[in-house]
Amino acid sequence: MPAIRGFGAYLPSRIVTNVELAAHLDCDAGWILDVSGIEERRYAAAEESVASMGLAAAGQCLERAGVNARDLGMILVSSGSAERRFPGPASSIAHALEIDGVPAIDLPIASAGSLFGMALAAGLAAIHGNILVVASEKMSAIVSPQPLERGVAPLFGDGAGACLIGSEDAPVKIVDSVLHSDGAFAEDLRLKFDAPLEMNGRSVILQASRKIPAGIGELLARNARAASAVKVFLMHQANQNLMDRVARALELDASRFYSNIRRYGNTSSASMLIAAAEWWQHAGPNTPGPNKGDLVCFAAFGAGFHWGALLAEAV
Amino acid sequence: MDNQERILTIVRKVSKNNQLPGPEESLFDSGFLDSFALPDMVGELEREFGIKIPDSDLNPRKFESIARIQSYIESRM
Repeated sequence: MPAIRGFGAYLPSRIVTNVELAAHLDCDAGWILDVSGIEERRYAAAEESVASMGLAAAGQCLERAGVNARDLGMILVSSGSAERRFPGPASSIAHALEIDGVPAIDLPIASAGSLFGMALAAGLAAIHGNILVVASEKMSAIVSPQPLERGVAPLFGDGAGACLIGSEDAPVKIVDSVLHSDGAFAEDLRLKFDAPLEMNGRSVILQASRKIPAGIGELLARNARAASAVKVFLMHQANQNLMDRVARALELDASRFYSNIRRYGNTSSASMLIAAAEWWQHAGPNTPGPNKGDLVCFAAFGAGFHWGALLAEAV
Repeated sequence: MDNQERILTIVRKVSKNNQLPGPEESLFDSGFLDSFALPDMVGELEREFGIKIPDSDLNPRKFESIARIQSYIESRM
């Protein structure tokens, strides 16, 4: 059974507060917090790229897992904010890890990309061995160009996360996953070439409010587990109000959903792995990762729309 | 209570606004519904009218006004 061997993350050092953004958006800093739960986010430096941030997260993940990059059999890289059409950042990250020759695959599907990457890696680990899933986003390059859009710019930040999945024995097994896509609303959240990010917020929130709990419910029902039995939900950090609604739909206290959106904003596909990397380090009393018997549920939703959930159990 | 009154009761509940929107008035532009009150309203409509609204019908424009909501709900009953 595929297993999670560790997580890593990278956040740029520059902190951009709501006060700083509000001055450019003709709005109140408190309004940004009210509608999103975000107080600040990180912006990458000009010289930092999707690949360089992804490499930093990958390095931390491998170090924490105690695995050498030479022992990777595949690398999957999710990003919706890569700087060019092709090649994507996957081959650059693999080259920087000095593993040329190892298949490096890009997943340009934005917010749900890291969840899809984890699920794909779980299915492929028996063939390829250790698979590194990286998600890296430089959203500031997309949302910062003037004029700033008040409904979009404050929501996003930059960062990267990584997850190592292997087929060898490890204490956190991936039990199952569900993945879904529906192109009927593809125009409601899109980023065209040389154009600003376009988002029909009402449609996105409406669909996400239904599809995320439905995906989690489908996964748990298929594995005869109750939502109340899950130790922690590690979800794409899109909006605090959305996470609270998902918790309510599952009849759970919102505290069961780990949240760092107040500090980092929405880092698109990177957010779920950044949240996982943070939670993992502080989960147990002595060692990183969940305690024996704990269930961990990952979930994401994003442009496409793509959504799903993945269940892991510490054994 | 007729269907329009039942819908108005739900809109006032989820919007926490006791004023009465006009039948054709945009519930979004007039501030009755924001992005997060909309899914709450859809859930309340399903419970009140005993219907299941498929995700494919979850287009905010269908829920733009009291008249549009009534038209949609009655098409599902």
